Amino acid sequence: MAQHKVDYASNAGLPIALTTADKLINWGRSNSLWPLTYGLACCAIEMMASGASRYDFDRMGTIFRASPRQADVMILAGTLSKKHAEFARRLYDQMTEPKWVISMGSCANTGGMFNTYATVQGVDRIVPVDIYLPGCAPRPETLQYAMMMLQKKIRKESANMKKNTKQRLV
Amino acid sequence: MQVTNKLSPFFENLNFEREDNTMVINFGPQHPSAHGQLRLVLELDGELVVKALPDIGYLHRGIEKMAENMTYNEFLPTTDRLDYIASTSNNYAYALSVEKLIGLDVPRRAKVIRTMLLELNRIISHLFFVATHALDVGAMSVFLYAFREREFAMDLMEDYCGARLTHSAVRIGGVPLDLPHDWIDNLIKFCQKIPKDIKMYEDLLTENRIWKMRLEDVGTISAEEAMSWGCSGVMLRGSGVNYDIRKEEPYELYGELDFDIPVSNSCDSLGRYRLYMEEMRQSVRILEQLILMYPKTEQKLMAHAPQYISAPKEEIMTQNYALMQHFVLVTQGMRPPKGEVYIPTESPKGELGFYIKSEGEPYAYRLKCRAPSFYHTGLLQKLLIGTYIADVVTIIGTTNIVFGEVDR
Repeated sequence: MAQHKVDYASNAGLPIALTTADKLINWGRSNSLWPLTYGLACCAIEMMASGASRYDFDRMGTIFRASPRQADVMILAGTLSKKHAEFARRLYDQMTEPKWVISMGSCANTGGMFNTYATVQGVDRIVPVDIYLPGCAPRPETLQYAMMMLQKKIRKESANMKKNTKQRLV
Repeated sequence: MQVTNKLSPFFENLNFEREDNTMVINFGPQHPSAHGQLRLVLELDGELVVKALPDIGYLHRGIEKMAENMTYNEFLPTTDRLDYIASTSNNYAYALSVEKLIGLDVPRRAKVIRTMLLELNRIISHLFFVATHALDVGAMSVFLYAFREREFAMDLMEDYCGARLTHSAVRIGGVPLDLPHDWIDNLIKFCQKIPKDIKMYEDLLTENRIWKMRLEDVGTISAEEAMSWGCSGVMLRGSGVNYDIRKEEPYELYGELDFDIPVSNSCDSLGRYRLYMEEMRQSVRILEQLILMYPKTEQKLMAHAPQYISAPKEEIMTQNYALMQHFVLVTQGMRPPKGEVYIPTESPKGELGFYIKSEGEPYAYRLKCRAPSFYHTGLLQKLLIGTYIADVVTIIGTTNIVFGEVDR
């Protein structure tokens, strides 16, 4: 039998680090959140600005993907009209688990100023939402903060639990 | 391909399995380069587009209907959300229509500030065009550079009105605030900086072999066709028609300002891209002239018409009648006289105008927004035919359409 000579009390236990599977998986998940480029209206411009030079989303491991199959987060940026709602749901269904949704801007949260016949009054009627961002349009800083909040949320989750079980629409 | 009509307005049950060797593909409404929510149903023969049908309405929010239930001042912030890349041009076009309806005279300082904001917004919008167009075609670095400079222009906007995207900085009858301290200095710095940046984009793109191959002779449209399809703005000037509303029917201070309208005879995407670059230079030129004009104006910012526009705070607080009028304006809204008005303005994308029919009520009887992008979207069914599928994205990019104002 090999003799292990690791002194767990000194050098922070190196070269061995102890963790749980949850923590390790969530560490990976939370630091490479790839959102879907799902710009709907005005907020999409601010979403692009967050991805561009000054606000630089890439440093948070956030790289926009054009395909729902490669995306973890759906940022619903802008007004969701009733005509488009069907597609929003389809794209959400096409994303692989685990997946999260950020509702960006007043229109996506509640319909905002567009209380009309054509607008969905809140995207949470279509897809389960994790984070709501207030503002019309929210600044790129707001979106980045939302991303950080989402990271915090993910780190608290259990890695193998099916999330949003209650909210899940069949 | 299924032809839509009034009874079945949507493309339902598209038949993708076909006998005639063509393929029907669905482009959008979520395609990252569809500029928002454009859906195109394309019929392809190999890689050639045989038929293209733009399907719009995915961002329809009923803005024109909302206008009928809102007072004139209430509706102003809603116009921000039409062409959300250049909000001020929408605010301005709307405010100008209402002002003409009432017959207001805007103070000169307000005019100078408004023209400054309009031109600054034109730069923001054109930078956005260059950024997204280059990104669509595949030049990622231009996107990053152009957005970097766009942020400086946005900073100026933010310093003035507090918002980055939805400004509402132009009000009916003038502007609410004077320029903040140091703003002019920052604008001068910006005006000195931006021509160098435009030069840099041109160095990156104009002679770039890939850029030329992707843009030259792509999306060609002759002058006659451009006119008959209702094009305006750069789409029209790119085809050799010298038509700019700032020169044809000068509004605001454009009659006094000295600037050129660049026109290109190349009729293709590359020519239009060059026009956008040149227009930014002209905007800087206009801004430089306005900077000199600003100190020569009087302090007054809002038009004096107490039955339509609230009097200055000082008058409201000291004079009983002004207070009463202010109270009526706040609780009921202004009541422009009966009549109808349409005034075209040159937004960064083309001719933008608001048609307003007033019945003398605080609410417009009918409001119609004439948005340039709508006509350019319709043009796609002509432009796309006979092009390769790889050029579809370039052509959508070159028309510079924004879906907020297409669907409204």
